[in-house]
Amino acid sequence: MAISTKQELELIRESVKALCTKFPEAYWRETDEKNAYPEEFIQALTKEGWLSVLIPEEYGGAGLGMVEACAILEEINRSGGNSGAGHAQMYTMGAVLRHGSEEQKRRYLPKVASGELRLQAFGITEPTAGSDTTSIETTAELKGDRYIVNGQKIWTSRAEYSDLMLLLARTTPKDQVNKKTDGLSLFLLDMKDQQHNITIRPIDTMINHATTEVFFENVEIPVENLIGVEGKGFRYVLSGMNAERILIASESVGDGYYFVDKSVQYANERVVFNRPIGQNQGVQFPIAQSYMEIEAARLMRDKAAELFDAGENCAAEANMAKYLASEAAWKAANAAMSTYGGYGFATEYNIERKFREARLFIVAPITNNLVVSYVGQHVLGLPRSF
Amino acid sequence: MNIFVLMKRTFDTEEKISISGGKINEDGAEFIINPYDEYAIEEAIQVRDAQGGEVTVITVGSEEAEKQLRTALAMGADKAVLINTEDDLEYSDQFTTAKILAEYLKDKDADLIIGGNVAIDGGSGQVGPRVAELLNIPYVTTITNLEINGSTVTVVRDVEGDSEVIETSLPLLVTAQQGLNEPRYPSLPGIMKAKKKPLDELELDDLDLEEDDVEAKTKTIEIYLPAQKQAGKVLEGELADQVKELVSLLHNEAKVV
Repeated sequence: MAISTKQELELIRESVKALCTKFPEAYWRETDEKNAYPEEFIQALTKEGWLSVLIPEEYGGAGLGMVEACAILEEINRSGGNSGAGHAQMYTMGAVLRHGSEEQKRRYLPKVASGELRLQAFGITEPTAGSDTTSIETTAELKGDRYIVNGQKIWTSRAEYSDLMLLLARTTPKDQVNKKTDGLSLFLLDMKDQQHNITIRPIDTMINHATTEVFFENVEIPVENLIGVEGKGFRYVLSGMNAERILIASESVGDGYYFVDKSVQYANERVVFNRPIGQNQGVQFPIAQSYMEIEAARLMRDKAAELFDAGENCAAEANMAKYLASEAAWKAANAAMSTYGGYGFATEYNIERKFREARLFIVAPITNNLVVSYVGQHVLGLPRSF
Repeated sequence: MNIFVLMKRTFDTEEKISISGGKINEDGAEFIINPYDEYAIEEAIQVRDAQGGEVTVITVGSEEAEKQLRTALAMGADKAVLINTEDDLEYSDQFTTAKILAEYLKDKDADLIIGGNVAIDGGSGQVGPRVAELLNIPYVTTITNLEINGSTVTVVRDVEGDSEVIETSLPLLVTAQQGLNEPRYPSLPGIMKAKKKPLDELELDDLDLEEDDVEAKTKTIEIYLPAQKQAGKVLEGELADQVKELVSLLHNEAKVV
């Protein structure tokens, strides 16, 4: 993996910023209004190589690390945009990269890097299992040279805009395994090939996130698309979580800076009672406080990303970064809403859209309560609570 | 085609300029590629892509300009050259810069040299034409279109809003006006490739130049900010009276008529 100099990292940030100026807030407001997928933005990101930052050079990517990937997503969200529409194309391939066979990597990664194939749907969560992943009920049964999948996933984002899905399914029933984390397997599902056996139902949500329910009826997956060893899929999923947490933290950091940038600008410009409202400490303090929290969260995010890139264990830092950044962004979102007053609610000011979007990361991709519980149990050694 | 781009590192246009101790305060300021030079870089890349050849971006300045050179490489230029005058020169002007650039370029067999028509800081627009004069090649300033057919070049030049079409030949120096193209920003593969591209650093010595050879022809006596704009005056009353008052003010107060 290549490591960027400070100057190169700055160039990355500036280039992403320049790309984002072509997709101003009016663009995001419109896609949000129409609940449309920001296809042009994703294509521009793909074409200019930003989504393949983590794919090694030998498979057609940039071969950079988490530090650079974080900078990219942070700048997108800071510009007023929403990385959520494409962030998974960056990291979902991590499971193939870390646990896939050489043949799988050669077959898929170059096409994921070029954008020819989109791998940005991750089917794990189910209506009855939620965060209790080992209780999922979707099954994959080996018949000859293929697995037959039946079941249902929920909150599968971007399924309509993805060619491939990383799918977790039970290959051995829970009552027949020693540990409940065994018997789950990870697959690379070609959704286009199996489209007649898959039903995707979009879920209308308060943000434009293209999330769906996905139903599988006798979906066929060839054996060669099993990732790693059958029954060990849960472990593979866990190993990808850290990357996801650090990247989500970066989007929150970007959101946080967005709210602070906007609040500072508005508080300096808006004059009421013959003075800028920012002169009032009731307006000024929440902005300054959330800025401090974002800066602190960014430090934890940086630490997590650097550990990740060094190949060291970063589970605690990745989780803490996700928690701190999403909470800080949410605080900043509220400060911005208060600063803008009534105008914050007017869609043309964009604050309410970003406010809705920033709220997501308190509960997704994992709820902050589970992060706190992770820290209590695994970092501090407190008793297991569930 | 052997293409050279003359590039300058300048203040970000969005920066507020402040002066301390008779000098422009550079602390904490953001620096960028002179925006007109971005058009030059873009044009050079487009010409190379269409005609083949190589693009070399040159700058005269300090080590800090390396960042802007790397950006040009990430945009797609092939090579970069920094002529570092930090240790040799305390004061320089357009003559200095042009002399150094011409000295570097004189044996490079340049087919096309492109610069910005003006740098947004000093704003003299002199360096390009001076370099062409020193190299004894034709030049066209403030161009908005460039077409190359063999050794025939057709250039559209912006003349205060009108267009002038000029036919000339290579080798040639042109300076870019806004509207020539839309400069690209670096892509991630572009940034990765730039890491491996050569960025050479030269000093006056390497060009066989003495400090005296490039000594500035001008002196800066004083630097000051423009006077703050006074609040305007809004005339009131009947339109006819307003016109009379305006004429009288222009005669007697502003003394411009």
